[in-house]
Amino acid sequence: MTAVSMDRPSGSAGASGPFLEVRDLTVKFPTADGLVHAVSDLSYSVELGKTLGIVGESGSGKSVSSMAVLGLHDRRSARISGSITVDGQEVVGLSENRLRKLRGNQVAMIFQDALAALHPFFRVGDQLAEGYLVHHPKASKRDARKRAIEMLDRVGIPSPSARVDDFPHQFSGGMRQRVMIAMGLINDPSLLIADEPTTALDVTVQAQILDLLQDLQREFNSAIIMITHDLGVIAEMADDVLVMYSGRAVEYGSCKEILSHPEMPYTWGLLSSVPSVDSDVNARMIPIPGTPPSLLSPLPGCAFEPRCSHKDKVGGDLCATQLPELRPGGRGEGHLKRCHLTDPDQIYAAEVLPEIEPDLMEDGR
Amino acid sequence: MLGFVVRRLTASLMVILLASLVVFAIFYLGPANPARPVCEASNKQCTPERLAVIEKSMGLDQPVLVAYRDFMKGIVRDRDVVIGQAEYHCDAPCLGVSYGNRLQVTDELKQHIVPTILIAIGGSAVYLTLGVAIGVLAAARRGSVEDRLLVSGSLVVSSIPYYLMCLLAWIYLDLKWGLIDTGYFPIGDNPWKTFTGLLLPCLVLGIASCPGYARYTRGQMVETMGEDYIRAATAKGLSNRVVLFKHTLRAAIVPIVTIFGLDFGILLAGTIFTEKIFDVDGIGKWGLEAISSPQDLPVLTATVMIGAIFIVVSNLLVDIAYGFLDPRVRIG
Repeated sequence: MTAVSMDRPSGSAGASGPFLEVRDLTVKFPTADGLVHAVSDLSYSVELGKTLGIVGESGSGKSVSSMAVLGLHDRRSARISGSITVDGQEVVGLSENRLRKLRGNQVAMIFQDALAALHPFFRVGDQLAEGYLVHHPKASKRDARKRAIEMLDRVGIPSPSARVDDFPHQFSGGMRQRVMIAMGLINDPSLLIADEPTTALDVTVQAQILDLLQDLQREFNSAIIMITHDLGVIAEMADDVLVMYSGRAVEYGSCKEILSHPEMPYTWGLLSSVPSVDSDVNARMIPIPGTPPSLLSPLPGCAFEPRCSHKDKVGGDLCATQLPELRPGGRGEGHLKRCHLTDPDQIYAAEVLPEIEPDLMEDGR
Repeated sequence: MLGFVVRRLTASLMVILLASLVVFAIFYLGPANPARPVCEASNKQCTPERLAVIEKSMGLDQPVLVAYRDFMKGIVRDRDVVIGQAEYHCDAPCLGVSYGNRLQVTDELKQHIVPTILIAIGGSAVYLTLGVAIGVLAAARRGSVEDRLLVSGSLVVSSIPYYLMCLLAWIYLDLKWGLIDTGYFPIGDNPWKTFTGLLLPCLVLGIASCPGYARYTRGQMVETMGEDYIRAATAKGLSNRVVLFKHTLRAAIVPIVTIFGLDFGILLAGTIFTEKIFDVDGIGKWGLEAISSPQDLPVLTATVMIGAIFIVVSNLLVDIAYGFLDPRVRIG
């Protein structure tokens, strides 16, 4: 593999805090049926060289919130409030021209389905080169092509100089995702948003892609947001974890903390529904009952309340009437949870842990 | 690839043969007797005996398949055609001799096809460029006032009957105000006059057909805009213009080309209203006159065959064009 030239210093000038900081982000979409509250009061931050995993089921606002970082929502239809700062620069309300300089350059995105996210009619080399040229106006087409081949090589595509002229459909699923990653990294972005990058791949390829991302992160010292619903991916990759439910953060902390001492029943549910290779075939997977609530009319209380099997442990109808704050639970300042339960750790140890097969728990420690 | 082309060509040939046979048979077996006008045209009284003699001389007493075979044979070698008492030599490729003006159909066809091709090219160029441009702009500003104006405006245009539009354009621009002299002037004599003569028919044809293309283009564009690869293109930092014209239009144009190819074939088969109203001697007007009483069977068969050939060929070209436009269907 040839080394990729790296002129960007790790850690950018002008920012002392985290590279990405999201504060009270709210995204709403007016629709014919009413206002969809896609993301509500979301706050998180990511530092350079670190990985934040965002977990949640479909429709929980994972993708919507990260698309807002790139300003990818239609200005006419999305109502965005709150603050997103990238390297100290406010993104919410930024002009299209300024956003364009950010996109693909400082912040890049990798999409879930590489077949759908690569243009079917353009050669992959041209698609890569295009992304390079737009942020390097002085570079020649030959430079861009060279850079494209270099990146294809870097992400582990065999004989890159031959494959650079192929079309996306001529690649296998895993190779295509590598092309996607090459396209995302071609301008050495400081922040990479990976929206379910391995969901469409089979597990062996999945592991290769995650390894590749980790290698690249070490090399480029970039921050990564890993959006997934796969806790295995989170355990593998993330430094911090943000669990989202119905457009809100319900639990936020370091990866070890969240996976070993989850304090929110929804997170327990997620952990209980993970199958494991070495578990007993007769062992039950425990699905979370019910379906996610409508985002059209948010419930007055906790969004998870209708599906929560532990709500009886909270006195009265607190869960149904009052939205819990996202605040530190019993495990210190670094571990936030949005739940009325006062003794979640005991409940977890006594009721939930025995049901979940123990291997997953040992991982985290 | 070769196998594909051979298969397609064989199928195309079958379609053309079948279409010509069907038309030949319909008119051959139909109630109109081509021998009657020939019989009546002569000075002598048309007695049933004379009619039968003429029918026999024209070969109308033979079974339809035999007559069709004789007709098709003429395409590869010269033959003599008898109409009434007159006998005509018809050079290969012979499509018969017109019952009307007694000229060789092949020669007539060569003359009539030129203005039709010119109108088809001119008119389709107008509606393709205009329609796609309007559609792209409407899609780019979808939901805005301009978009709605374009959509409702196109509805108004397409609700006006086409012949009325032709007629109004001809009456006012040519006849009353004398702005432009429409009609077909042979391209060999004065190409500029040919151009101005066909300008109005092409414009009217183009404007009347562009709303369909505008709406179809708009729909395709809006659909493509929802694709992941368009979001990915935006996420790369490309400008709206590049995303719209390079990425979105490139994907949206493929089905538009398909429709265009088919429409173009239909245009080549004859633009009947346009030719009739602007008095252009093209395939459409020629065929229309051939179908009017007294029917001219050789001319009719020739116009239908050439129409079928154009439609089949344009279908074939669309399939080949698809291979170039969409790398995913490229074979071998």
